[in-house]
Amino acid sequence: MSLLTFFQWCEASGIGETIRKSSWLFPVIEAIHLLGLGVIGGAVLVVDLRLLGLGLRRQSTAQLTRDAQPWLVGSLILMIITGGLLFLSEAIKCYYHDAFWFKMSCLFLAIVFTFTIQRKVTMSEETRLSPVWSKVVAVVSVLLWAGVGIGGRWIGFS
Amino acid sequence: MGRPLPLASTLLQDESTDAAPQGSLLAFFQRMGDSSWSTGLHESRYAYDLIESVHVWALCLFFGLAVMFDFRLLGWTMKSVPVSEVARRLLPWTAVGFVVMVISGTLLFSAIPLRSYQNIFFRAKMIMLLLAGLNVWIFHSGVYRRVTTWDVDNVTPKAARVAGALSLVLWVCIVLSGRMIAYNWFDCDRQPQPAIVNLLTSCVPTQAEH
Repeated sequence: MSLLTFFQWCEASGIGETIRKSSWLFPVIEAIHLLGLGVIGGAVLVVDLRLLGLGLRRQSTAQLTRDAQPWLVGSLILMIITGGLLFLSEAIKCYYHDAFWFKMSCLFLAIVFTFTIQRKVTMSEETRLSPVWSKVVAVVSVLLWAGVGIGGRWIGFS
Repeated sequence: MGRPLPLASTLLQDESTDAAPQGSLLAFFQRMGDSSWSTGLHESRYAYDLIESVHVWALCLFFGLAVMFDFRLLGWTMKSVPVSEVARRLLPWTAVGFVVMVISGTLLFSAIPLRSYQNIFFRAKMIMLLLAGLNVWIFHSGVYRRVTTWDVDNVTPKAARVAGALSLVLWVCIVLSGRMIAYNWFDCDRQPQPAIVNLLTSCVPTQAEH
């Protein structure tokens, strides 16, 4: 089964069909998707601003990462579910849209980066952390997540 | 996405303003919509989309950090961080985000003024923005003045939790209604609408539209 066949199957699915036929389902799911984006933004920024020295300063990065974690993971799950539903309703359009592939690449990299490299850096002992290294990590994190958001917004423009 | 057809809105503007008294908001936004600035932005290839994207990015900064502060007031995150510390270090960023949102939002409005003014979701959003501002003012002039007495309490005072919950609900509804402005379900040029909808959108449907 080729990738395109899979996308065609997604588009033809009952869920995709239901969302396409409804005049309000897509807007409502998309609005929830947008709320998830906002919460992810907050959870990511709390940690990244700390790494950059521009946000909270007195708390350890490790503590803030633990505090933000449930909100990051929770909103990520919400976004993947709502995003998946939106995708089912327009899978073929996504297949041929550069923005979709750009977004998925950024999303993959952002998730991998956040839960491996960034996690390792934020959980390491504060004193052993080079300030330059933590700033680089924060900038990469912001750029990757911004890429996901930009790609998402771009899917809507055609 | 989301931009109504210029033709339809022009048609609507002409019809609506016939009934609009001189000096009314309706007439004012009609004139704004006829300006070269407004039509230029509306019909631009990239400017409108770019401004709309900025509006969405700033949402992450503003809404994201504002809800993190609300979560803190509700005791849902960063419980070991004093409330005043979160306010001092993160709220300036929400202010930056808010300024960008207001500027980009105003530009988006100026591209489609009359249609936005008569949009039920836009109206709901503006009212909720006022309420959210009022909530901020009440919080900062009330319970937050005594923050030193409850800064690290395990459970924040009820007034602070109410302010956090109200803020959260209002901002969520503001984002939702903002997103819905793009849809024309209740627009004036889509008649017939229930009388209540036309009342809430100050729409006077003409005979021709029925």
